[in-house]
Amino acid sequence: MTSFVRAHPIVSAVLGLFVLYLVASSFPIVPETKQAVIVRFGKPERILNRYQAGRPIGTASAGLSYKIPGVDRIVWIDKRVLAVDMQSQPVLSTDQRRLMVDAFARYRIVDPLLMYIRSNTEENLRSQLQVILRSEVRNELGRQPFAALLSPERQGVMDDVRKSLNVQAAKFGVEIVDVRIKKTDLPDGTPLQSAFESMRTARLQEARSIRAQGMKQAQIIQAEADANASHTYAASFGKDPDFYDFYRAMQSYRQTFIGEPGKQPAPTTVVLSPQNDYLKEFTGRSR
Amino acid sequence: MNILSGWGARARGLFADNKGPWGSSGSDDEPSSSDGGNSGGPWGDPGRKRKRSSEPNPTLDEFFRRSRERFSGGGFPGRPDASIFVWAVIVVVLLFLVFTSMHSISPGQRGVVTRFGRYSYTLGPGFGITLPYPVDRVAKIDVEGIRTVNLGAESSEDLMLTGDQNLIDIAYAVRWNVKAPELYLFQLSDPDEAIKQVAESAMRSVIAQVTLQDAMGDKRGEIEARVVDAMQRVLDGYRSGVAVQGVAIQQADPPDEVNDAFKEVTAAQQDAKSYINQANSYALQITAKAQGDATAFDKVYEQYKLAPDVTRRRMYYETMEQVLSKVDKTIIEAPGVTPYLPLPQVQKEQQKKESAQ
Repeated sequence: MTSFVRAHPIVSAVLGLFVLYLVASSFPIVPETKQAVIVRFGKPERILNRYQAGRPIGTASAGLSYKIPGVDRIVWIDKRVLAVDMQSQPVLSTDQRRLMVDAFARYRIVDPLLMYIRSNTEENLRSQLQVILRSEVRNELGRQPFAALLSPERQGVMDDVRKSLNVQAAKFGVEIVDVRIKKTDLPDGTPLQSAFESMRTARLQEARSIRAQGMKQAQIIQAEADANASHTYAASFGKDPDFYDFYRAMQSYRQTFIGEPGKQPAPTTVVLSPQNDYLKEFTGRSR
Repeated sequence: MNILSGWGARARGLFADNKGPWGSSGSDDEPSSSDGGNSGGPWGDPGRKRKRSSEPNPTLDEFFRRSRERFSGGGFPGRPDASIFVWAVIVVVLLFLVFTSMHSISPGQRGVVTRFGRYSYTLGPGFGITLPYPVDRVAKIDVEGIRTVNLGAESSEDLMLTGDQNLIDIAYAVRWNVKAPELYLFQLSDPDEAIKQVAESAMRSVIAQVTLQDAMGDKRGEIEARVVDAMQRVLDGYRSGVAVQGVAIQQADPPDEVNDAFKEVTAAQQDAKSYINQANSYALQITAKAQGDATAFDKVYEQYKLAPDVTRRRMYYETMEQVLSKVDKTIIEAPGVTPYLPLPQVQKEQQKKESAQ
């Protein structure tokens, strides 16, 4: 052998390469994340590492495998949970209001053979699923009133979407794991502006009502205080109304003619007649 | 698969080296083996380098050897060099095998071992031994480190519809870590993106069930907890191996367009508060005054009751005294004069007196 190599270095290098290629293509390694369909002359032969629900990782037939080089071909198909996004699209509710809905679905290829036959590649599958997802979301959500669209999870609407999507997807060997609404937006323009406007008016109304409540409370507090004060006065002054009259008159004179301490009252001239009670001693009572 | 074939070819190359008398035969085989084995592994690099530098060598070697044979008639000078080269290759390969079978996993990590691509077991923290590289591969996954995803842009608006059909501008962060590294690696095609989408979806669905006031105000904590629950349920449904540690709402504001109206509400609240404060202070004042007046009256009345007539007269005189001492007095004796009293003149005199003083 060595002598052959020495004699024909180039030929032996080519031969070595060829042997390597044979070895490499006879023993493919199937990673944990892929399913492999082995196709012999275009006819599917075996499926490696096929997904089975509930099977723990590491127990499927991933790992080293074999095939006939040049005859068998491997088609790799993802085994993981994959995502398909739906671009934001308008949905019309039963009460004729429009909402922009952004959804996504997660799916898994459970029948790689069927998927290979129907869609051939994962990209094809994704675009096919996208179309189905769009129409299913629009169909199911279009049967709901606007209020239900805001949280479709609550009424189980999303479960309905998932079920009907699953029926469609099963034809491609796909199982839908989950469908969710990512975003719900009001369409730009009039609906959005009118939502803003209604928020604004609601706030202004709230502000007015808060002010009115404040005023009301303030008035109540004042009236209660007045009532209390009046009660206090009545309880005290009611003991002798006649004396109260006199007492209050005295206070009032002082207040009027003398004024507050430190303040000069307006100049006043008092004209008294001698008959005045104050001056009754002026003329001498004994007479 | 390439790796495996490379491995086999390399082994054969080594044996050929050992058996064959000529190093050159080994180096002949070597490039071809590295040709098949350079699939991006750590030993692919040296192999490739060697290939590039030594590809022309076989023919060159041949040429030198032949010329040596022709001129000196012996192949001896080539042999020691070749065997050193062979031994070097063996040492390198052995070192490589040793290094790729030993793994140190730091405390926050787990090492997921795959044997020919198939999940085998998970290495805990510390020192782990596996089969060497092409057979076993170890992916180190950080399981303790909390990762954060920020959602709902803080710069631009991200409006969500609330249950009462208002809009709210919300920004939040999701903290998560890996709880099952093998699931995290093998179950989801793009776990990070999935976490984002699930978070957005969960936040949206929770916000759609509360009112604007709740979302902006004191129910934030409850909303966060509900989002965590919803996310965890969905992610577990995917068997993603991800644990959601928490959701933090960083911002929940009304949209810019209606911000003024919201400020108006705040202003109204303050106004209302100030009305009430004023009323309260008025109430305090008026109550205190009433109590003061009443108490004063009561005291005087107590005294008055002891001697009503005298007290009454005394109070009358005292008051009149004080009052009349402060005012100008005119006493008119005869009745009927009053109408002709020149009041303006009286006042002038009074002013004159004041200025004279």
